[in-house]
Amino acid sequence: MNTLALFSGAVTLLGAIMVITRQVAVHAVLYLVVTLLGLATVFALLGAPFAAALEVIIYAGAIMVLFVFVIMMLNLGQSDREREKEWLRPRIWLGPALLSILLCAELIYSVSSSPQQEGPLAPLSARDVGLSLFGPYVLMVELVSFLLLAGLITAFHIGRHRTEGR
Amino acid sequence: MVALSLNASLLLACMLFCIGLAGVLIRRNLLFMLMSLDIMLNAAALLFVAAGAHWHDSGGQVMFLMILALAAAETAVGLAIILALHARGRPSLDADTGNLLRG
Repeated sequence: MNTLALFSGAVTLLGAIMVITRQVAVHAVLYLVVTLLGLATVFALLGAPFAAALEVIIYAGAIMVLFVFVIMMLNLGQSDREREKEWLRPRIWLGPALLSILLCAELIYSVSSSPQQEGPLAPLSARDVGLSLFGPYVLMVELVSFLLLAGLITAFHIGRHRTEGR
Repeated sequence: MVALSLNASLLLACMLFCIGLAGVLIRRNLLFMLMSLDIMLNAAALLFVAAGAHWHDSGGQVMFLMILALAAAETAVGLAIILALHARGRPSLDADTGNLLRG
């Protein structure tokens, strides 16, 4: 079971690295979907099936559709790929990447040598989440509704049709 | 059944956050910067879910729902800004060129 979790975590990390190094935006979106699916697997293995389902439905479904639509509307072409290649030369990021890999190895060593703590072995079902969402955390629901309303108004204000001459 | 220990989840979230931060720093395209922001938000969400699983508290998943709504709002606003920049004749999506919003 631990091997499965480590494998899905490794897939997540590899997908994230591929996202930030692609030159074509659609390829990066595909790798981002892979990253989110791997993260959903990690959530399921952590005993949070509700969070895993929401990650797949909302993140990998709805938000990625937004990205795909915007990339379609932007109409990117060959010149964009060459400009991205010009902006992302290996000479720029190779040194920092090597140094941060060293730091990452040190972090892995220090965490794996510290004592392991085992948590409780029962998953948190959607019923538990719903009971606490509309029990002690009901103010959070109101705050999220305010946030979504603010996002809606902002997107409408930025994307409204402008009159000529400004 | 909890397959991943707290240490391993903390490590995974930390590495994921660092990858997202590196993406924000090294890319100049606004679209890729938004994707890196999403990766960073996902790392924070993983941290909440892992802590909730470790202490067997459903508050972690409640915060995950909050982060999900936050990411949706952030992505919608960011993509609207990108479309507005593109409509005003900046097809390169360079983050250094757009410094004036004039809402």
